Amino acid sequence: MLVADLHFEKGSSYLQKGLYIPPYDTRSTLSMLEGVTGRLKPRRIVCLGDSFHDTAAGERIEPTDLERIRRLGEMVDVFWLTGNHDPRLPQGLGGRVAAELALGPLNLRHLPRSSLSSELEIAGHLHPVASISRRGRRLTSRSFVANDQRLIMPAFGAYTGGLDVWAPEISSLFVEGRFTAWMIGRAAVYGFSSRHLD
Amino acid sequence: MKNHPHHLELPQTFARWFEERRWQPRDHQLAVVSLVQSGKSVLLIAPTGGGKTLAGFLPSLIELSSSQTGRGVHTLYVSPLKALAVDIARNLEKPVVEMNLPIKIETRTGDTPPHKRRRQRSAPPDILITTPEQLALMIADSHAPHLFAHLRVLVLDELHALVASKRGALLSLALARLARLAPAARRIGLSATVAKPEMLQTWMVSQNFPNELDRAELITGSLGPLPELAILKSVERVPWAGHSARYSIGEVYEAIKAARLALIFVNTRSQAEVIFQELWRINDETLPIALHHGSLDVAQRRKVEAAMAQGRLKAVVATSTLDLGIDWGDVDLVINIGAPKGSSRLIQRIGRSNHRLDEPSRALLVPSNRFEVLECEAARVAVKERVQDSERMTMKKLDVLAQHVLGTAVGGPFRPSELYDEIRSSFVYRSLTREEFDATVEFVATGGYALKSYERYAKLKLLPDGRLRLAHPRFAQSYRLNVGTIVEDEMLKIRLVKPRRVDGKLANLGGRLLGEVEEWFVNSMSIGDTFIFAGEVLRLEAVEELTAFVSRTKSSEPAIPSYYGGKFPLSTYLARRVREMLAEPDKQRDLPVQVREWLSLQRFASVLPRADEMLVETFPRGSKHYLVCYPFEGRLAHQTLGMLLTRRLERAGAQPLGFVANEYALAVWGARDFNLLISSARLRLARLFDQDMLGDDLDAWLAGSMLMKRTFRNCAMISGLIERRSIAKQKTGRQMTVSSDLIFDVLRSHQPDHILLRAAWDDAAEGLIDARRLAELLARIRGKIVHRALDRISPLSVPVMLEIGREPVHGEADDKLLEEAARLLMGEAGTGPPSLVHKAEAGRG
Repeated sequence: MLVADLHFEKGSSYLQKGLYIPPYDTRSTLSMLEGVTGRLKPRRIVCLGDSFHDTAAGERIEPTDLERIRRLGEMVDVFWLTGNHDPRLPQGLGGRVAAELALGPLNLRHLPRSSLSSELEIAGHLHPVASISRRGRRLTSRSFVANDQRLIMPAFGAYTGGLDVWAPEISSLFVEGRFTAWMIGRAAVYGFSSRHLD
Repeated sequence: MKNHPHHLELPQTFARWFEERRWQPRDHQLAVVSLVQSGKSVLLIAPTGGGKTLAGFLPSLIELSSSQTGRGVHTLYVSPLKALAVDIARNLEKPVVEMNLPIKIETRTGDTPPHKRRRQRSAPPDILITTPEQLALMIADSHAPHLFAHLRVLVLDELHALVASKRGALLSLALARLARLAPAARRIGLSATVAKPEMLQTWMVSQNFPNELDRAELITGSLGPLPELAILKSVERVPWAGHSARYSIGEVYEAIKAARLALIFVNTRSQAEVIFQELWRINDETLPIALHHGSLDVAQRRKVEAAMAQGRLKAVVATSTLDLGIDWGDVDLVINIGAPKGSSRLIQRIGRSNHRLDEPSRALLVPSNRFEVLECEAARVAVKERVQDSERMTMKKLDVLAQHVLGTAVGGPFRPSELYDEIRSSFVYRSLTREEFDATVEFVATGGYALKSYERYAKLKLLPDGRLRLAHPRFAQSYRLNVGTIVEDEMLKIRLVKPRRVDGKLANLGGRLLGEVEEWFVNSMSIGDTFIFAGEVLRLEAVEELTAFVSRTKSSEPAIPSYYGGKFPLSTYLARRVREMLAEPDKQRDLPVQVREWLSLQRFASVLPRADEMLVETFPRGSKHYLVCYPFEGRLAHQTLGMLLTRRLERAGAQPLGFVANEYALAVWGARDFNLLISSARLRLARLFDQDMLGDDLDAWLAGSMLMKRTFRNCAMISGLIERRSIAKQKTGRQMTVSSDLIFDVLRSHQPDHILLRAAWDDAAEGLIDARRLAELLARIRGKIVHRALDRISPLSVPVMLEIGREPVHGEADDKLLEEAARLLMGEAGTGPPSLVHKAEAGRG
């Protein structure tokens, strides 16, 4: 099971600025992660980087939350790929840390490679969201973005915002801006080809 | 006027000044001077044009003329608008110069440059004219006790408008502080006519908890002659629904021609645009008719205002931007298009014509549909009887309190119990409990979360003597940047360009600035859609960051329906009069024939309910079944009711499909026969409309509601949880919305009793979901629901039924739309993505 951009302790990262964003984001994200792990029962979880919002997150995290992460690692084989937010991961997480991971022909990493080489890649980092207009309403949701060579994962964390799929950082990764966005609805995931998206 | 004995002689300088102008000081002006001189606080209620502003300043001018000036701020004048502040300073300079008084008058608004503020701090003027936000900043200054040591008079302008908003709550907290810093200062409240002056009399003075309420003295200026008010009796057919009032354009044009200068008020920006366009379409004589609304570029607005003052215009189409205060020249006719919504609002608007007290104002009401005819008639009678709506005061806002607590700490260390006592001397916060106060202080200090991990970074630190102080000066800086309670919608600039595309991208970015619109409005459109703005039909070409680029188009019909409902709900008072009018045939005599016919058809086909009843009609139409009710409580309350009813109907197995609401009625439709469900007692109306829907159902719905998230976002900004402006850069509203929505979800599931959620709930109850009004409705109609099972649509239901298809249909989940879109779009051309995903595929099979 792959997840990207958990951004644990993003809420508490605002503390120094005097912004007291509620500290429950780690807890929310963890509950979702435990929920989906329980349902899908994967043998291995790969976190595609930016799992922690910053390198000091380990000092702020509540001990009970850290314990929950550790327990997850005892049940499932967890890989922590490093990201730009968390080049170093907190102590005592369990699991294994790596910069990249190859699964057969698939390369898993945090930052997508901008060169359009022929390798197959799954990456995170960009937090894509897509929008589509229907009947006078505009619907926006977190979204997977893919063509036959590359998949960009949506962010999983509770406080993670999004970047529109038409932002050059995302659309330029796909030849001629052609891709499919898999929008996450409440009950299912819905795929749209890029020409139908706002 | 209520006669207060005042045998007052004006000082010679003043008496002479009045004489030279052949003016007579008005009784209420003298009464104010006399009461204030005897140390009393006064509320002056007088209509526009009654010399109210001068009455407010006269006591100060007299006092300052005979005492030493330049010792500090003697008089503080708080006005809600910064434009008004500048205007008033200019008008006040005149008598001061003419009488050669050594009085220094200055303004301090958001536009006042820092060096001038610093000078005002070291060498304060005698009279300082300012806004509630600037006053909040001044009292959050360690210098405040010194600055206000000589304060003798405090004038509060447009008090009736202020008390109904969060700015009023902010001001009330500043007043509580001033009562401590300058206990001898007398207060003068200035207000337009209101239903319950005693509420304002209480609001404006300091209260001594838990003693009986103190009040300022009341002075009422003479009311002047009754306005000449007519309702357009059109020879055209008044439409069933809609808000464009297109049918009346010819007659409105004739009325403009006959007037010297007409002011045409409408309720929304888009109505203003439509009326303006329609008027020019038939403007064969090219009369100078202008457009004025808050979204137009400021320079454009100033031009219109100047032209108006110079008498170069024949008519101006305007929204409420012109509602407050300022004097605009020789208007002799006010035309109000659409529903008046409330009698006070209408009286304010009518007051814009013949800005002299002794001549009657002239006004013409133009209803844009048949229900509005009833509303106009109700308003006409109310104005004739001089009855006002009773405004609701804004009470005890915890987000505003949080801002004030931080401001207090910015001014210096404070003792919580002392601050608590001070705050409760404000009428607005009289019922604040110690628990609420402590939770608010805790919120300011650490965020107030059940987890204690944030204490290490607390904004407020406890001193050994029990006082709290600011932990770091940078919090003071962010307080100053974010003070105030006005949270604006994110606005996009509209620029006019010639569309020339290179590689599908717009080639020339730039173009003339037309004005600004709310981001949500642009977001609801796709590139290529047409809409009206600034009097033209425009085509959306591109949106780049905070600018929307548009081009002119030849099409005359914009594709985007532009009416999104008025901001102001029908007042409770007018609603009651409309219900009475429906119930009592002799109150219908003055209605136009076509409206009377419509009502008698309704009496024949169904029933006209009594004033204390609520009618529910059920009938089939096409393949669907409808339930229509007529609460007359305004669109917001009806939408909330619609949400809750559909949830309950769903549970009762009635399979509701959607609903639509207008100001007067609500229509719900479903797949199953309502008549049958009710006659077989499987659906009980008394149960369906039971008050308990405001419990769990409301709670469950609110959790996912956009309205609640918007309300929460405002509270989060006012309270300082998230910053509107930070030192580094200005965050855009778009970024804010995303993060505050996420915060809302997380906080709600982990700490549902957090004070910000309490504050947001409190706001929502009276604001966007109007739950308070809905609660009143449900209580009012208990045991008084009249049901008619019909075999076809009723005459009374036609207006709301026509809204179907015009207004967005509610109750449809986002997922349904996504699923439908996926099915339709993926079906095309067979170029869809590979079949990876379960649900989207299932739909194709």
